[in-house]
Amino acid sequence: MSDTATTATRSDALRISDVPEAVIRIAGNSQDGIQAIGGFLARLAGRSEQEVMTFMTIPSTISGGPSIFQVRIGSGEVLSSGDEADVLLAFYQHSYNDHLHSLKKGGIVLFDSDHVEPNPEAAKSYHHIGVPISSRTVEAIGGVGREKGKNVFALGLLAKMFHLNVPKLEQLIQERFTGKDTSVAQNAVLAFHAGYSFQLENVVELFRFMEGQKRAGNQVVMNGNEAIAYGLIAAGVRFGAAYPITPWSDIMELLRRELPKYGGCFIQCEDEIASVSMAIGASYAGRVAITGSSGPGIALKSEAIGWAVMAEVPLVVVDVQRGGPSTGMPTNVEQSDLNLAAFGGHGDSPRVVIAPANVEDCFYTTIEAVNIARKYSVPVILLTDQAIATRIEAFQEPNFKEICQDITPDLTPVADHKPYDLAAPDGVTRHVAPGTRIGSGKYPVVTGLEHDEMGHPTGSPKLHMAMTAKRRRKLQALAAELPAPDVFGAPDGEVLLVGWGSTQGPIREAVTRARREGQAISSMNLTYINPLPNGLEEVFSRFRRVFVVEMNDGGLYGYGQLAAILRARFCDARIEGINKTDGLTWKVREVLDAVRERVASTAGKNGH
Amino acid sequence: MSQTRLFSIPPRQDALVVPPLTEAERKPLTKKELAADHPTWCPGCGDFSVLALYYKLIEKRKIWHEKVTTVAGIGCSSRFPYFVQAHGAHFIHGRALPFASGISLSRPDLHVFAFSGDGDAFSIGGNHFSHTARKNIKMTLVVMDNWVYGLTKKQTSPTSPLGFKSKTDIWGAVDQPINPLKQALAAGATFIARTTHTNPNHLLQMMDAALDHDGFSFIQCLSECVEFFPGAFDSSNPRKGGQFVEVPKDHDVTDEGAAYKLAGQPFPGYFGILYKTSRPTKNALEAKIGADAQSKVQGLEPWQILQKTFDRMK
Repeated sequence: MSDTATTATRSDALRISDVPEAVIRIAGNSQDGIQAIGGFLARLAGRSEQEVMTFMTIPSTISGGPSIFQVRIGSGEVLSSGDEADVLLAFYQHSYNDHLHSLKKGGIVLFDSDHVEPNPEAAKSYHHIGVPISSRTVEAIGGVGREKGKNVFALGLLAKMFHLNVPKLEQLIQERFTGKDTSVAQNAVLAFHAGYSFQLENVVELFRFMEGQKRAGNQVVMNGNEAIAYGLIAAGVRFGAAYPITPWSDIMELLRRELPKYGGCFIQCEDEIASVSMAIGASYAGRVAITGSSGPGIALKSEAIGWAVMAEVPLVVVDVQRGGPSTGMPTNVEQSDLNLAAFGGHGDSPRVVIAPANVEDCFYTTIEAVNIARKYSVPVILLTDQAIATRIEAFQEPNFKEICQDITPDLTPVADHKPYDLAAPDGVTRHVAPGTRIGSGKYPVVTGLEHDEMGHPTGSPKLHMAMTAKRRRKLQALAAELPAPDVFGAPDGEVLLVGWGSTQGPIREAVTRARREGQAISSMNLTYINPLPNGLEEVFSRFRRVFVVEMNDGGLYGYGQLAAILRARFCDARIEGINKTDGLTWKVREVLDAVRERVASTAGKNGH
Repeated sequence: MSQTRLFSIPPRQDALVVPPLTEAERKPLTKKELAADHPTWCPGCGDFSVLALYYKLIEKRKIWHEKVTTVAGIGCSSRFPYFVQAHGAHFIHGRALPFASGISLSRPDLHVFAFSGDGDAFSIGGNHFSHTARKNIKMTLVVMDNWVYGLTKKQTSPTSPLGFKSKTDIWGAVDQPINPLKQALAAGATFIARTTHTNPNHLLQMMDAALDHDGFSFIQCLSECVEFFPGAFDSSNPRKGGQFVEVPKDHDVTDEGAAYKLAGQPFPGYFGILYKTSRPTKNALEAKIGADAQSKVQGLEPWQILQKTFDRMK
């Protein structure tokens, strides 16, 4: 609320300020349902004219443990979850202690006075409002349960503080609890109203979001994992197989539940290798199938993915990246699987790697992944991450009638079929599924051994060279088809920030802020990473410096994983890396500070 | 935003112009039509007989080229798909079963056969053997068990008997061998049979019965490696002075305990169907889940179902 508007009105002796946006951080334990509060706020924003972006951390412990949810709601475009919170809602002492620093100076801390003893020193910097949330909740819903419902009580407090639309929230609460015992929804509404009508002491002002710009069409609200799962369904995928792992599991749970409605099924396998093998088997049987995991599981799947490259069987693999290596940081974000995705196979095994930039992009990029796999008979790795997986965004509802695909296998008999026809344009051959009658009586074997055009094993040096080139040429043809990414900001200038995947939002916000201050900074987000689209060198040439901003280590030589690929590809000494490994998303200020530092420390070098 | 670039795919151009034959017009496939590459196995290898009887099974049961899918992992035995003129896949080491499961679960119209060896099925692929059996995924698995790693030239296999001298146990194998039949029983396999390459009629009978079984059917077929473990199965071969003893006529194939006892007999043991029971297949259970779910969205196109789901996320 740094840009609090000037209009202030008097009501109930309290000032109401119109604000363009607010960042609210809710801190508690994972069983408190704080994600539900975040979900309600995000959904409300989606139903209003507000943009919304959320940020969630979940503990990896089995039950309980600290958990936070941060929601940023704004009337204009919201690109990142926000650097500092305007309001902190703290349920426990540890929530208060650990998250007070995330609040901006002068921000409001709303705490459960039944559990939190505020720090008198901190009272000077932050506006403290204590509410006996736990006891009032128990009081409101008749003393049942162990403080259950205090999340909804807290939602009531926030609704009061931010002048939120009460009927819409009530509606959301009702919808959320439909299907359960009616008393559950009733209790939730009671708790909500208890919070809403609680007399906030010590409050100097209330807030109201400014009207947002009217948007065409309905908004839908979901997280990145949901968008991927529904994207797969829209793309026509009807079979998947996987093994549970955080933060991928939501996708498989959703598909397990949803696919049967579409005549499909999702299989939970005994291990990662079985799941990728089963998905490849189903793809071979004619309809592109999917598997997914996070880093550790992708490593296990690597051999089989190499088979799909060699055998030229389409496949989609989702990698929801988390902090690595090994078990690493299961509930934190990192972009450190790029090398694994692009090069994680033995032998020369070119595959496609694409990375969605936000929740909406998850939906559409997934459909693309399916179609690239089908068109080029190649495995496509959809590289997303923990941050995009768990954050909730609102986006315009897709036109399902137009976008939903039917990819039922075509089993029409063919006269003749060479699965690895070397004469095929660009090396692109189409997979013909079992069940297809072949007039010539010569049937294909798909194989991981180097093979001739019919799929029979060969040790011929010439054929190995030709087939290796065939597998590579397909991706070169794809590269030529890829659109060049847009440059955000001006088409030329001092600094170009290059990012990939989920960092698009904070990087763009950093660019907007820097440009407002008069700096000639632009940015570019890469969706297609392997192969890269053509023409990037021309974009780079229009800037004096190119910084590749990534959530991974600068590595032995100072370049992150994408930066190293770009340097190898373009031999351009202007390409440098800006990296971090704290397991958290980029804050806008961190990006700007890093750029400033880099520019200052190397100013004058290399004739700059 | 990104709706414009979805990589459209042109329809296939290579459709056959000649109208397909009807079922009645088609003749059973002959060995000649089913034979593909000349097998790369050593002369005298037991696997030849499995291949010959597979052709015979396809011919006898009037299965068409396009309706049978042959899957294998890695090993001598697993070269199988190349020798069969039909759709086939040669997958990676140990993973033929999950691959075959993917086909079976998504294509109920196909007959799925997996061919494997003792290393592929019981060592590197051991986990999949147990889980495919317990899930009762419809397919037939024939393991050509030769008690040795042949393709890599004589290392100890999980079924090598104690004392077997290999390049990895020059003093003789010291690890307790696996009993695949007992493992299959413990895992919950619903069809378990044992046969040998030296008795073609019996082998065909077992394959025939396996094909009729609605579920995961497992055949352990002794298949001699003449190169690295010659004579391993002589005591089961009457022509070599051994004894081929069939499962007793009064054996109740649904009696798990009795099957376990038969499976545990010292070599040469018993041949035939040791265990056969009826339990819903994974294929049927998933189909039921699908039918139940679809009955709630009857008459809706996929896009309409998706639309309904999204309506709840507004």
